[in-house]
Amino acid sequence: MNTLLQIRRVWKPVIFVVCLLPAILVVSDAFGITGQLGANPVEAIQDRFGNWSLRFIMITLAVTPLRRLTGWNWLVRFRRMLGLFAFFYTLLHFLAWLILDQGFLMSAVLEDIVERPFITIGFTALLLLTAMALTSTNGMRRRLGRRWQTLHNSVYVVGILGVWHYWWQVKQDIAEPLVYAVILSVLLGARVWWRWQAKDRRRLPD
Amino acid sequence: MRAGAIAGGSLLLPPAMAAVVPDRRRAVIRDISPSPYSTDEEMNSYQDIVTYNNFYEFGTGKADPYANARDFRTRPWTITVEGEAEKTGTFDFDDFIKPFDLEERIYRMRCVEAWSMVIPWVGIPLAEIVKYFQPTSNAKYVAFETLYDPEQMPGQQRRVLDWPYREGLTIAEATNPLAILAVGLYGEVMPNQNGAPIRLVVPWKYGFKGIKSIVTMRFTEKQPKTSWNMANSREYGFYANVNPEVDHPRWSQARERRIGSGIFAQKQPTLMFNGYGDEVAYLYKDINLRRNF
Repeated sequence: MNTLLQIRRVWKPVIFVVCLLPAILVVSDAFGITGQLGANPVEAIQDRFGNWSLRFIMITLAVTPLRRLTGWNWLVRFRRMLGLFAFFYTLLHFLAWLILDQGFLMSAVLEDIVERPFITIGFTALLLLTAMALTSTNGMRRRLGRRWQTLHNSVYVVGILGVWHYWWQVKQDIAEPLVYAVILSVLLGARVWWRWQAKDRRRLPD
Repeated sequence: MRAGAIAGGSLLLPPAMAAVVPDRRRAVIRDISPSPYSTDEEMNSYQDIVTYNNFYEFGTGKADPYANARDFRTRPWTITVEGEAEKTGTFDFDDFIKPFDLEERIYRMRCVEAWSMVIPWVGIPLAEIVKYFQPTSNAKYVAFETLYDPEQMPGQQRRVLDWPYREGLTIAEATNPLAILAVGLYGEVMPNQNGAPIRLVVPWKYGFKGIKSIVTMRFTEKQPKTSWNMANSREYGFYANVNPEVDHPRWSQARERRIGSGIFAQKQPTLMFNGYGDEVAYLYKDINLRRNF
């Protein structure tokens, strides 16, 4: 089997299942099989999906820098799937909030989205991720041409909105959102740095 | 009307004039009287009450206090009474509670984070304690402080809050019959993670007013500084009365999630003064509650 085929037939399904595990664990914890969700299961479910959403956004954003540092070009073959998992966990986080926490009480949902800035930015991030997920197919990529890249560059905005959403939500202890903020700064900072260097090199006389 | 959580038999004994709390984890407390102030709502399970706590001295996660307060030493324990009172001094915990009677108070507890529980506390009416120390006419407030001991309280090793934790009430609030200093839970010795050996419970206010593991009680003329107000005065006021009409700047206070109600349970409406308006509304009749949140 050549490497491409191996990625498609073996590694993609393996990574897919691994990425699905956190969601499976939440469900099996809810049934008390693998663990417990504690005294406030609704909060626990929202928190866990929210955390995995941020983790997958970070993992997806790490693909390009990692590829550049290591030369492992095959990494890019997993980027779309990782990004879709970021969308998947964000959607679950949103649905847990909408259905379990708010109980579909639309007046409260709309009030929160409009009046609570941390929910507004979280919701904005979800909309951007939805647009990217819907345009993630090869066909859509072809159809959108150059606009596709512009749209999908909004993943950087999603990273910032996601960390901001988390930071703004915690009551007092910002230790955990700070970790995400540092990771995001490194991932975005690396891109800025490389772009700046590339520009610099172009400016130099031959 | 529910029988409450008091250990069987103790109700039959005549009320004793000396409160005694054993120095042993989960020991049953004797001679507890029931109270007409108790709610007959379904109580939260012991498990929920002792595993889901905000007690930042032991970590900021809800499960941290359960994990980290296990070996917390609550004896010997002293409480210093100071300030504008005739009787002041440092008292051993056992001597501090001895002059009083113990009551069971089953109260609703509404956290500022929009969740709530129903908890059977064992405690002493704060009004009795305040009266006992004979505050002077200068005493307008009662301030409390939690133990500061970063070795035992790992959460204090980071400055998440300005330690020690501080809280306070007006004298009128402190002498309202609902206010208690609690020393037990479910008829047993107070678990460490719930604020052993002695903590404040003021059920018409958000949970953070219920300062835990108290070592200082001070009668003051000026309004004392309080920890969450110091941390973020825009979000947490001195009064912190439960009020569905005044939202937290970042979230709604109109509804609350009752812990233990299940994954698919709806939130329930939050009541003014957490449903204790009949007992406490008079305290605030001349106060703008929107401004004094």
